[in-house]
Amino acid sequence: MRQRFLNRINFTDIALGIIGVSLVGLMIVGSIKTLLEGNYTTRQWLDFVVFGIAQGSIYALIALGYTLVYGILRMINFAHSEVFMSGAYTAYFAADAMAKAGFIRSNPFIAILILFAISMATSVFIGVLVERIAYRPLRRAPRLVPLITAIGASFFLQYTFKGLYGSQFKAYPEVAALKGSFTWGDFNITKIQVVVILSAALLMLGLYLYVQYTKTGKAMRAVSEDKDVAALMGIDVDAIIVRTFVLGAALAGAAGILYSLTFRQVNYLMGFIPGIKAFTAAVLGGIGNIPGAMLGGLFLGLFESVGPILFLDGLNVPAPYQLKDVIAFTMLVLVLLFRPSGILGERLSRSKA
Amino acid sequence: MEYESKKSWWLQALQTGLIGGVVAVLVSLIGMVASFHERDIIAGQITMGQTVLLLIVIVFAYFSSRGTETTNVSNRLISGALTGLVTASFIVGLILLGKAVNLREVLVNASPALYKILTFEMENLTTAYIYLLLGGTVIGLLSAMIHLIPSVWRNAVINGLLLVLLIALLQDLIRLILVPFPSITKALAWMFGTKGQEGLSVVGAITVFLIVTLVNLFSTAQGDNMRKRIQSLPKGSQQGLRWITWIIIAALLLIWPRVAGTYLSEVTNTVGLFILMGLGLNIVVGYAGLLDLGYVAFFALGAYTMAVLTTTGGEITANFQWTFWEALPVAIFMAVLAGVVLGIPVLRIRGDYLAIITLGFGEIIRIMFLSDFLKPHLGGSFGIVLIASPTFGNLSLNTPQTLYYVILAGCMLALFVAYRLRDSRIGRAWKAIREDEDVAQAMGINLTSTKLLAFATGAAFGGLSGAIFAAKLSTVYPHSFVLLVSINVLALIIVGGMGSLPGVIVGALLLVGLPELLREFSEFRLLIYGALLIAMMLNKPEGFIPEAVHLRELHEVEEEDNVTQTAVA
Repeated sequence: MRQRFLNRINFTDIALGIIGVSLVGLMIVGSIKTLLEGNYTTRQWLDFVVFGIAQGSIYALIALGYTLVYGILRMINFAHSEVFMSGAYTAYFAADAMAKAGFIRSNPFIAILILFAISMATSVFIGVLVERIAYRPLRRAPRLVPLITAIGASFFLQYTFKGLYGSQFKAYPEVAALKGSFTWGDFNITKIQVVVILSAALLMLGLYLYVQYTKTGKAMRAVSEDKDVAALMGIDVDAIIVRTFVLGAALAGAAGILYSLTFRQVNYLMGFIPGIKAFTAAVLGGIGNIPGAMLGGLFLGLFESVGPILFLDGLNVPAPYQLKDVIAFTMLVLVLLFRPSGILGERLSRSKA
Repeated sequence: MEYESKKSWWLQALQTGLIGGVVAVLVSLIGMVASFHERDIIAGQITMGQTVLLLIVIVFAYFSSRGTETTNVSNRLISGALTGLVTASFIVGLILLGKAVNLREVLVNASPALYKILTFEMENLTTAYIYLLLGGTVIGLLSAMIHLIPSVWRNAVINGLLLVLLIALLQDLIRLILVPFPSITKALAWMFGTKGQEGLSVVGAITVFLIVTLVNLFSTAQGDNMRKRIQSLPKGSQQGLRWITWIIIAALLLIWPRVAGTYLSEVTNTVGLFILMGLGLNIVVGYAGLLDLGYVAFFALGAYTMAVLTTTGGEITANFQWTFWEALPVAIFMAVLAGVVLGIPVLRIRGDYLAIITLGFGEIIRIMFLSDFLKPHLGGSFGIVLIASPTFGNLSLNTPQTLYYVILAGCMLALFVAYRLRDSRIGRAWKAIREDEDVAQAMGINLTSTKLLAFATGAAFGGLSGAIFAAKLSTVYPHSFVLLVSINVLALIIVGGMGSLPGVIVGALLLVGLPELLREFSEFRLLIYGALLIAMMLNKPEGFIPEAVHLRELHEVEEEDNVTQTAVA
């Protein structure tokens, strides 16, 4: 037994092992040193955690779009980050108009609901358009082909929106009702973070119920198991795929509003980084797995807000926050190397991976 | 798909017109029309912006009348005209809407200037609308007629029009080349617009069109004859002919910077660097089928190694002050090393995951270069300045014209290596992996070493390109190494044809050379790339100059598809 195990180990395994162990070792050493130095108060750590959860729930919403599409089509919808951007960017104009008319001040709740509606509608429109033009004709093409169209669609959308709306950063109006924060002792949470976490949780719950308990949800799960058999069972596969895109895009549109409320800035390139992060989150949780995407999003958000300080500050790296994207990407690499199925994912068979 | 073809022809024409109209409105609103309006095609008569709109009508009407292949002639003409009318009515609709509501609050390009261009600068709006609708219909009708004329004439006319467009676009370039020859400049002055105007003159355009059309007609008649005559030559002379062609090409390449001047040499150098990168990525993506979106990392590493080793700036801690030629092998080696180091972790990962992971690597490298963490060594966002130029004997090759030869040598070397690798044992192993990894492994191909070799070879070319890039600019900044570079390189090999070496060159000329020459295009470069990637994948996934094996592979899938479809039916 042992002999056979030793025989099967090869160069790649050893190299991977060394890389993994050294990275994890670095993290542990860094964390211990940071904690021993004690430059940060409990309150600061709690702030990082809250920020991480809020950020993570936005990632989770976007990640659901990747996961839903991947579950059904086994492809990465590269243009999903632009679907996210298109909603937030379009809703900006409504937000701006409502702020000028004083509507946001007088009816903040309705105003935010309108923003959600506009953003989600735009995202859904763009998402379905991309599916129709760039993916549907290529259902049976080699795998590289739809991936390339997805990249093409992503860039096309970015620069179309740049052409349509301009290239400057636009500042989202501030919602007066969401200013301020709640504090209990060391625990401090801003109202916006409350809104973000609550609405993300609601949306995710809704999605989960939809997929688990409606007929469409059942059909979706069937299609993701096996398209051909699902078609034989009388499911209109194309229609189900469109619905999947609609769901994913609507969540991305909602995430767009939450993102804009948090960071109060939109731009045609705003989708890129959250898009990759969300993909990382989806992989982290196990791509194709809906609760996995939610968990992965939260985990990544936490990791990213706490990680740079925790791991790098102790190693005397200057300005560790600049490296937060590096940490997120390293995380992605580590996950794909050591547990490609993600935290909750089923063991991916080779044909799926 | 099937029920669509049962739709009546006029509904289909209407639908095509609808899509055409949306495209036309989109092109106007993203600012392309207004930006292209700066350039005249025919001086004082028609601008590039208007040409784009015309082309949209022509292309959509052409396709709509082609769709009615089986129906009779009048149906075809009507469907062309209908498509043209619908497309034009969208433009009219846009103007009407724009005049009624201020779209500019949201859409930055919906400016009065745009409406002026769209109405072809007519004062009276009502006549403008009538002219637009009529014009759309007539142009649609005309482009539907293209189907009716015999194919020899059709090709000749299309080629004539395209060449007029091309010469008009590149006219300042042609004039630039002609500057050293004042007599020719004078003799051809009538062809171009008068001072201050660009584009061809009316007479010039007609002349070019007539000449090209006639030459085309003549050559299609005579071309087959010539080909037959060459084929009937004895083997020895055929070989000789080929050699002569190669010698002419080599001579042209060698004297090019003298003819081209500084600006064109600069553009050629940029194209050359992208050819180098394209050849490298072509090995990874085209040969081995590993989609690498972080290719810019190797380019960046080559550039930064060159920078650190040769800089005389003193802003950073390293102080080697090597010469270019001493640093070059190290730069390439560093890139290869990175290729292997990055290659090992991703060996296990395929397809979509590989794309995302390599993209992540590219970003990690850029963020590291940018960070304060490595600033003492790599200069952070200030980059590294005062990088040595290559030298040849005592000659410093720091002008675009002289640097051209370094890049040419690099490209030639890379082309040779890529060409020799293509059909070698390792090249065939790469293609086997591309087609089916599991089968390749079963056939005894060592996946680990084969994939690593692909990454390493690709990285070497990228590193070489980066090293020359650093020497060319004599400064490096992290901002030069963004994801867009990777996408640019990917787009050029896909347009040229994955795995095809001539494809890389043509792709680089088209996607890097043309936008450099036509400044208006560079603003919309990525938009056009994106659209091009989608369009290529939908219609011509093998690229413009396809590689034989890849072509077969892609069409095999189609054939299988047909088989399954008939089986289902």
